[in-house]
Amino acid sequence: MAKKIDHLGLRSAMADRLLPVLVAAMSFLAALAVAGTLAASSLAGQWNQNTGADLTVQVPDPGDQAVASAETRLQAVFSVLAKSPGVNAPHVLTADEVNNLLRPWLGQDAGQLGLPVPAVITAQWSGAGAPDALRAALDAVAPGTLAETGTHWAERVAALTASLQASALSVLLIVTLVASAVVAVATRAGLAQGRDAIEIIHGLGTLDSDIAGRFAARVTMQTAFGAVLGTLCALPVLFWLASLALPFTGVTADMTRAASLPPVLWVVLPSIPVLAACIGWVTTQFTVRGWLRRLS
Amino acid sequence: MVRFDDVGLKYRRAQGKSPVESLDILRSVSFEIPQGGFRWLTGASGAGKTTLLKLMYLAAHPSQGKIEILGVDAAKLPVREAALLRRRIGVVFQDFRLLGHLSAYDNVALPMRLARRSEAQVKSDVTELLHWVGLSGKLDRKPAELSGGEQQRISIARAVVNRPKLFLADEPTGNLDDLQADRLMMLITGLNKMGTTVVVATHNQRLVKDYPAPRLEIAHGTLAFDEALVWAG
Repeated sequence: MAKKIDHLGLRSAMADRLLPVLVAAMSFLAALAVAGTLAASSLAGQWNQNTGADLTVQVPDPGDQAVASAETRLQAVFSVLAKSPGVNAPHVLTADEVNNLLRPWLGQDAGQLGLPVPAVITAQWSGAGAPDALRAALDAVAPGTLAETGTHWAERVAALTASLQASALSVLLIVTLVASAVVAVATRAGLAQGRDAIEIIHGLGTLDSDIAGRFAARVTMQTAFGAVLGTLCALPVLFWLASLALPFTGVTADMTRAASLPPVLWVVLPSIPVLAACIGWVTTQFTVRGWLRRLS
Repeated sequence: MVRFDDVGLKYRRAQGKSPVESLDILRSVSFEIPQGGFRWLTGASGAGKTTLLKLMYLAAHPSQGKIEILGVDAAKLPVREAALLRRRIGVVFQDFRLLGHLSAYDNVALPMRLARRSEAQVKSDVTELLHWVGLSGKLDRKPAELSGGEQQRISIARAVVNRPKLFLADEPTGNLDDLQADRLMMLITGLNKMGTTVVVATHNQRLVKDYPAPRLEIAHGTLAFDEALVWAG
């Protein structure tokens, strides 16, 4: 068939502007879902890395004498930490650092209140699992000492992330199915409208693949256009959401807003129109070929 | 060659909640037209002429019997092969079946473009043919802007432009005056002389008389008379 001539009359049969608009809406949702998945995954990774490795040790009555030692409880605990495998960079928080931590609850200077504030030692935990053996060793020299890692919270965050990702993937699946259904309905409407022309062209010996190809080319163009539109519309929303998430990512305020979107998103977002075009092409091919089977 | 062997066609029709009704459109039709043969297809309205033609251009499939078109068993054809076979068949429909969004030129050019002929050849053949049927001044007109007779001539031009091996026409002269009808018959007999098998369904007794050829007479869905058998003695 000559390329420039619209033998099937698709310009009128498939002129409906609703298809690109609906695909744009689907792509908008898909972009948000994809961004949500990636952001949740990225944040979870970051939190797992930071929180999961943190070890916090609280030593009550730090100035008192340790068990079976001339050292204070704080010194004894620090010595055990320094020797323990899996414990890296132990650091005793200074009075100012402790005050900073407690300020939201106890005001400017917690020391002036005369409360028995424990000493706090922070470190990096690289051991596997919970530090149960370490807790026992610390409790032996300074009973009542608490050692906590972020593993427990990291696990909760991981579970939350997994559920968020599952939700986002469900949204993507539904969006894909709805987009396919929308394309199929639009194609069938086009087939119904152009039925006479198609029957004539088919009767003249046009191959089913040619007719399906013509429809698919038109629908692919419309879906790709709609998807580009929807994805572009999603961008400002994504930047806004990313700016809301800035405090959770550790990104400083002076960084650009674009940098606040996960880099992988800049690869994934352009793939939405490509995916939409593929859905349009495949669905149209199936729909038209199935319809033409009745004429054969 | 066209061969029908005990061909029947039934339509199944549901009537509300009553059982499906089976309508016999054609029954036990058998005949053979050799390659390059010419047959008039005659019979009263509703006798089954159009249905018989539909079976010949593969727009319908028989409920029973065997059909061979241009030496090919129509029942065993894959979809793609059936499409390629249709390209070798030129059809003039009773209702013209022109594409309303295309010009007269593009309507006639369609079969050549489907066959992927060069645009130069398309232009040459289509222009010449439209000139021959008296429409050289109306190449760019849409079918709706043309009279019934002019539309019929476009339909005829489209059917012959690809030099088909089988030419089928359903009342091709219904909207033409005698002069145009005779010009059309010159075209058809010319095609026939070049080896195209021709079947023309008509009520026009003058044409049947002026252009003698064996008749296939259809009555009530059966082949009532195959004149070729009489001619062959």
